[in-house]
This record gives sequence, C-alpha cells and structure tokens, in this order.
Amino acid sequence: MNPFSSGTRLRDMIRAIRACKTAAEERAVVRKECAAIRAAVSDNDNDYRHRNLAKLMFIHMLGYPTHFGQMECLKLIAAPGFPEKRIGYLGLMLLLDERQEVLMLVTNSLKQDLNHTNQYIVGLALCALGNISSAEMARDLAPEVERLLQFRDPNVRKKAALCSIRIIKKVPDLAENFVNPVASLLKEKHHGVLLTAIQLCADLCIVSEEALEYFRKKCTEGLVKVLKDAVNSPYAPEYDIAGIADPFLQIRLLRILRILGHGDADASDLMNDVLAQVATKTESNKNAGNAILYECVETIMSIEDSGGLRVLAINILGRFLSNRDNNIRYVALNMLMKAISIDGQAVQRHRATILECVKDSDASIRKRALELVYLLVNETNVEPLTKELIDYLEVSDQDFKGDLTANICSIVERLSPDKLWYIDQMLKVLCEAGNYVKDDVWHALVVVITNASNLHGYTVRSLYRAIQTSVDQEAVVRVGVWCIGEYGDLLVNNIGMLDIEEPLSVTENDAVDVIELAIKRHTSDLTTRSMCLIALLKLSSRFPSCSQRIKEIVNQSKGSLLLELQQRSIEFNSIIDKHQNIRSALVERMPVLDEATYSRRRDGSLPVNVSTSDKNSLQNPNGVTKTFNAPLLDLLDLSDEPAPPNSSGGDFLQDLLGGDILSSSSHTGTTQPQKSGTDVLLDLLSTGSPPAQNGSSTADILSISQDNNSSVSALDSLSSPMPQSVHIAPTTGGSPIMDLLDGFGPNPPVPKDNGPAYPPVVAFESNSLSLTFNFSKQSGSPQTTNIEASFTNKSSDVYTDFIFQAAVPKFLQLHLEPASSNTLPGNGNGSITQKLRVTNNQHGKKSLVMRIRISYKLNNKDMLEEGQISNFPRGL
Amino acid sequence: MIRGVIIINDQGKPRLIKFYDYQPIEKQHDIIRNIYTVLCNRAENVSNFVQADSTFGPDTRLVYKTFATLYFIVIFDESENELAILDLMQVFVETLDKCFSNVCELDIVFNFSKVHTILNEIILGGQVVEMSSAEVVKAVDEISWQEKNKFSHSSSNATSGWQRR
Repeated sequence: MNPFSSGTRLRDMIRAIRACKTAAEERAVVRKECAAIRAAVSDNDNDYRHRNLAKLMFIHMLGYPTHFGQMECLKLIAAPGFPEKRIGYLGLMLLLDERQEVLMLVTNSLKQDLNHTNQYIVGLALCALGNISSAEMARDLAPEVERLLQFRDPNVRKKAALCSIRIIKKVPDLAENFVNPVASLLKEKHHGVLLTAIQLCADLCIVSEEALEYFRKKCTEGLVKVLKDAVNSPYAPEYDIAGIADPFLQIRLLRILRILGHGDADASDLMNDVLAQVATKTESNKNAGNAILYECVETIMSIEDSGGLRVLAINILGRFLSNRDNNIRYVALNMLMKAISIDGQAVQRHRATILECVKDSDASIRKRALELVYLLVNETNVEPLTKELIDYLEVSDQDFKGDLTANICSIVERLSPDKLWYIDQMLKVLCEAGNYVKDDVWHALVVVITNASNLHGYTVRSLYRAIQTSVDQEAVVRVGVWCIGEYGDLLVNNIGMLDIEEPLSVTENDAVDVIELAIKRHTSDLTTRSMCLIALLKLSSRFPSCSQRIKEIVNQSKGSLLLELQQRSIEFNSIIDKHQNIRSALVERMPVLDEATYSRRRDGSLPVNVSTSDKNSLQNPNGVTKTFNAPLLDLLDLSDEPAPPNSSGGDFLQDLLGGDILSSSSHTGTTQPQKSGTDVLLDLLSTGSPPAQNGSSTADILSISQDNNSSVSALDSLSSPMPQSVHIAPTTGGSPIMDLLDGFGPNPPVPKDNGPAYPPVVAFESNSLSLTFNFSKQSGSPQTTNIEASFTNKSSDVYTDFIFQAAVPKFLQLHLEPASSNTLPGNGNGSITQKLRVTNNQHGKKSLVMRIRISYKLNNKDMLEEGQISNFPRGL
Repeated sequence: MIRGVIIINDQGKPRLIKFYDYQPIEKQHDIIRNIYTVLCNRAENVSNFVQADSTFGPDTRLVYKTFATLYFIVIFDESENELAILDLMQVFVETLDKCFSNVCELDIVFNFSKVHTILNEIILGGQVVEMSSAEVVKAVDEISWQEKNKFSHSSSNATSGWQRR
C-alpha cells in the first residue's frame, strides 16, 4: 500500500487542491490522488474505501472522471456500518447514472436496507431510491416502500411518500397501489408527513385519471378543512416562517386543490370559501405571505369560474405590481400574462400599473411588462398606450431600446386607426430610435407613405424637420431622403398642407442641403448613400434651378471606392448631362406600391425578393431598386419598337436587361433588380393584363397579376378623389395605372376644330375588332391633337358593355370623352366612336404613343383586348 | 419538481452540485458555466429569477440568492412556486448555519458530504421533504450520532469524513 497517498486525509487533499495556483497543478494533484485511489481499488482495500470514495466525490464535483469508483459505492452500501453506508449512498446518487447496469447490483442491498432495523439506514435507502430509482428497481422495491408509508417514525413516512413519487413516475401502473395509503396519510396531523403526502397525492392525480377522480370525491373536503385550519390556526411555531403558519404546507394544499378543482365545478364550489379566506386574510408584507397569495391566485385562475374570486385574484396581482420587491413584481407579471387569456377585462384595469413596470429598473421585469403591454393593446387603448411607450423610448436604456422599438412598431402596424397616426408614430419612433428599427419596418412605412397620397406633402415636411433633429438615426435619414427625392416639390411649395401643420419655408437649396449632408456624413452606409444619389437624381429634375449643384454633388461620388456608388454617380451624371430629354420621364414619381403585396411578401407567403433587409452590399436595397426600375420601364416602353400586344412584362424586362442604354446599371446583382423589376412591372400591369397573357411569366408573377382584389381596391380608392380632368396634378402622382383610371371619368365635350390634316390610321386590329383613329389639330395649339376613334366589330356577334381605355406616358396628357354607345353591332354593321384629346408637352421632340385596353362582353362573357399604339403620324 | 441545487462561489467554482435528473459530469459543468456567466452579469437590484428554458427545457426557472461569497441556485419546473423556493433556500441556509454555527464557504468545501446529507433531509428526489429547519437540524443531529456510535462497526482506522478530519 502506498503509505503517502492512502494516508492523505480528505481534508489534506482538499487543501492541496485549493493550494493549486493553476489548472495544470490542480490536474496533477487530482491525477496523483486518482492513481492512489485506483491502486486501493485494485488492492480491494477495505480500510480506506470510505475515505477514498469521499475523495472521489470531491474530485467528481471538480469535473474529473470517476467511473472507477462506482463499484466502491456498492461495496460500501453492502458494508454493515452506518458511516460506510452513508458515504456509499451519497456516492451512488452522485456518481451513478440510473441507466447503468451497475445499478442493478444495488437493488438487493437496497431491499435489505429498506427492511433494516435501524431507521436511519432505512432513511438512507429511501433517499437513494427516491433519487435514482430505475423502472426495474421501482417495480422490485415498490412493496417495501408502500409498507414504509405506515412506518412508526414520521421521518421515514415522509421519505417513503416522496420515494413513492419517483416510483409512480417510473412505473405509472403502480399508482393504484398507493391510492389508499395516501388517502390515510392525508389525515395525518404531522406537518412534514402531510406535506409529503399531499405531494404524492398531486403526482398520483397527474399520472392516473382514476386516482384523480378518487381523491376529488373523497378528499377534497378534508383538504379544504386542513387549509382552513392552517389559515386560521393561531400558532404552530416550528413551522412558522415570518409569522405565517406553515406557508409551504398552505402552498402545497393550494396546489392540490388546484389539481382537484380544475375542470370540476363541484370540487371548485367546495373550495371557493377557503380560497377567498386565503386571499383576504394572508398578510402580504412578507415573502412567505406573498408566496401563498401567488399560489392562491394561480389556483383561483385554474379552477372553474367562481365570479368574484377572479377579480379578487387579479387585484392581488395588481397590488403585487406596486410591491417594492422585484421578485413579487416579476411573478405578478408572469401570472398576469396567463390571466389575460382568462379575464382580459380585469387585467386591463391594471394597465397603468403594468405600464409603470415597463419603466422598471430591472431589465427582466421591463421585458415581461412590455410583453404584457403588447398583449393588452387593442383598438380602444392603442393611442394612449403608444404615446406612453414612445415617451418612454426617449429615456429608456440603450439595451432595452431594441425590444421596445420592435414592440412599438408592431403595435403601430397592427392597430393604427389611420394613416396619419401611423406615419406620425413611426416618425417619432424613427427619430428616437431609428437605429433600432428593422429594415422591413421602414420599408413598410415607405409603402404606406406612397399609398397615402393626401399625406405626401405633410409627410415629407415632417421628415424634413425630423432629419434636422435626428440626423444620427439612420432609418429616419433613409426614409427622409427617399421622401424628399420623391416629393421634393411638395416640400418646397408647401402643397397639401394639413390644418395641424405649422407652415414651413424650405427652399430648393435647403432640400438639397439635407441630402448633401446625408451623403457626406461619414456614418452613412452604402444603402443610405445610394438612396441619396437616387434622391439627387430625382431632385435634379424636380428643381431645375439646382440641377447644376446637384450634378456637382453627384459627381463627388465618381471616385468612390464603393463600386455601387461610383457606378450610380457616373450613370446619373450622364443622365443629368446628356439625357435631358428623357430625364423627366426617368425620374417620375414612384408608382404606388401595393400594400397587400408587400405585407404578404413580408409575411413570407411570397418569395422574398429585395424587400427584406439584406446587408449584402451587392444587393440593392428595396427602395432603391424600385425607384430605379420603374422609370426604366417607362422609358423602355416608349422608346422601344412597338411591342406585340400580348407580350408579357417579363419580355419587356428582358429587352431592358438585354441591351438598353441603361442596362449596365443593373448588372451588379443582376438577379435582384431583375426580380424586383418584374414585380414593379406587374404592379403596373396588374390592372390591365388578364392572367392568360402572362403565361410565360413565373408563378410568382401570376400570383400578383391574378390578385384582382388588390388592384380593384386600388382602383376604387384612387378613382374617387381624382380630378375628372386628365391633367395630372402633381399631388396625384402619375403612374400608368392612374392614367388608365382617368379614362373612367366622364369628360366634358371638346369643340371640334379644324387643323392640319393627318391621314387616319388603323391603330389596332385583331381578329374580332378594329380601331381606326382620325386626327385633327386645334388651330393655335399645335401640341393638342383631337382624335376620333371608331371601333368596328369584325365578328358576327354583338358586343355589349363596350369600354375603351387608354394610357399615355407623362409627357402626354389625355382627355377621353364618353363613347357614342356601349353596344357594338356585329358584322361591321355600325361602329362606336369616341373622341380623345391628346396634348403633347414635348411637341416636336417626341411622337405620340399610347397603350389601350378594350373590354366588352361577348354573349355575357368578359373579353379583353390590349395593345400599344405607336404608329401615330409624325409631328402630332 | 426541483431539478437541481447548485452552490457556486463568486469565482464560478462549484461547491455543491446536486441534480435530480442524471446529468453527465461534462454537461453539469457546462450548465454551471452558463449559469455563472448569467449570474455574474446581473445587476444588483434585479429579481432573483432567471428563465432557464435554454438549458433545461420549456418552463424551467432558476432562482438564485447570494450569501456572502456564494451563489445558491435552485432549478425547478412550473409545478413549483418561485417565491416558495426562495423561502426554501432560506431554510437551507439557516440549517447550514445552525449545523456549522455561522457557516462560511470553507465549511461547505471541507464538509461537502455533510452538506449533501443536510440537503437530502430537505429535498428528496426533487421534492421537498421538510421545510422546518429545526426538524432538519434534529434529523441531521441524529445522523451525526449514528456516525459516531456505529463507529465500532467499521474498521478502527477508517475516517468518517464527518467530523474533525
């Protein structure tokens, strides 16, 4: 025997380990000790086994492997003495896994010890069995444990009861054996035994439905009485905690009552009185009392509805919320979260207190409270609650702002009563915490802004103010820059003033200043700078007087190391410089973005294109790409050769990407712009193209164009406030969709006048229909052309509900007058005539071009024909 | 059900590890490291509760309390009352205090098997046995007496690890 190591006492080993200064030293000491213990194990050394196992347990706690000591546990357990058995059982519980085979060997020792005459040894065995019993052991030893439930010493009865819990959890079939013994244990007066019996009873109810029924019938009344006694008992000093009689027993009683009362009205009835007593009589100035109240609330919430009790319970939680103890507030919030689904009204009453908890100094309480507030918000209280939250955003901790912002944005998006409010709140959030706002949130804001045509002016002015004060918040800068680019003219001209607004005087140069500042700010990232460039390009057309200055600013990015910026800068510079004639068309205002499409895409039901945030610098961010592509398409549509009437959007796009003058601008991240371009195009076409014509496009595209609901609603909302004249006021924006819409309105007749003669053209011809245009000019206004359209039906059937619509690009203005009839007889037997008046703002530079759409009913079937007319005589 | 009781010191060194579901030793130490990281980053004036879902599955919670240089930690599931567990920890610490008369970290280090025995008298298989520290002390005293008086049963030079050594 190695005298040194075996001679080391446990205490000395611990000292040696504690004296180690490095992990390596500690490992060395442990290695040496382990080696000595192994040697002792193989020598089958009886003398030091006890001490060696104690050492091993310590070594185990430090995280070293100790499997070689497992058999030593069994040997110690089999030893006759109490000290050996104690350490043996401790080792068994710490070192062994219930799944290990070795454990089977201990069953016999356990059986003997459970029958030992020394009750302390019985106690050790029960404790070990309760901690590590496997299913086999549970089956083998259940009879012993069951018998021990009636042992004379209460300490053994307690342990046997808890040991039984392990047994029935491992082998639920054994539950029925324990039902009767437990029923008699529940009549015990000994607090400790009663406590454990109640726990066993609860677990029996959980594993066995029959047990639950049995206890519900036989024991509910008795348990209610015990609780009543505990609440009213004047004195039980040894179980008092802070002057409250045996709080833990009360808590266990409340828990078992909860299990018995849940889903059973009769049992619930029995306990109503005592619950009310607990709720009202328990002192709440100590943790123990609050623990009872907390448990009581949970029980009241779980049992069958008992009217006033629930209100009482929620009021207790309300009181908890103003408690000074963080723990109490924390559990109250947790419980309110559960209660909200049971009695939302009652919880609402504590809204103000909950809101205070959002401002708590404890982060976990703040987080809970915020989650709860989120659940509490509804249409009626959204405005004051949001105001409170936004006000708090100003002063909240930095690390809480992210959560808070996300929650506010979500609330605002979910429940905003109107767009003005939505925009106002979002701007506030952006100003306070723009850097915490997720990309999809401000993207959604942009979508909403484009849809709120009457608020464009207000929004851009608010953003202009916001940018001045919150220049460090990226999101506000981006949205601001975008809006100034789009609606810069509304900003400087104070168009669309709302009553609530203060007048603002901004010069064109001021607006450009803002963007120049944003693009030059060193913290602006690629996305922001790209957006600035786009905005500048747009402003160069909106503010002709600043064009030169803008060109200089754009030029400064020509040398940028960021390819994207450099490229944009060079391209835009060339547009400003060399392509004056197309610039205005190129930088038209964005078409209205479809909210439904965006929100669906955001929810993930559509393939996510560019709309979601992606930090990859090669991909163009959402807003940028869209602004970019829409003008491109306009341009393309009109400068290209006439496209075949049935060609789908995708083809246009292909043309565009194939060899157009600006195609190079799309070649970074080619797929991304292409996809989004398609979307935009289809947004434009969605009112027009029937699904069939899109056969060649992708499924994604089909789903958009078939979405008649959204397009129809867009039509409704847009057509009503529109002026009936075709003149496109700046406020109404000018997408092709809107032009199409204008066609619906009745127009005043235009006096016919003679002008220079132009030959009539067959503007459109299909198998079933032909359309001829006759032209005349008004004297004195060479820009205006009067067109008389006449439709002839080539088929033999009558067309009814005949409607003709036309759309023109921006540089043209179109008046449509009512048609002569809406019925077109068959076989060329008569025709419908309709007068159009087109004003060409770029007379002499560009010739007319027009898209048309003809719808009618053939035998009550809806028919639709479309086309583009580019064969107008020159000089119109 | 209580899932585990852990005592670690303010350096993150484990002083008592007791899990009521078997956890391999490596996992135990992972858990302790995680808990320690969370606890030592917590501010002073915050609640004693931490969600422990990530380590122990849904709806498990962790209550901790600091006593001098030690963190006492109890991990438990939704069937236990958080506030009551706080009281339970108080009972545990009071009992230690009575058994070691003014307990300190070193008492726990050098008498870890006794601490385990005390804990076993309070919690058994994840369930509370006894909430009265007087009762626990009584039971522990009786066990001490057993240790001394059954000494003759074991070989004369075996150490008990219980007293003095």
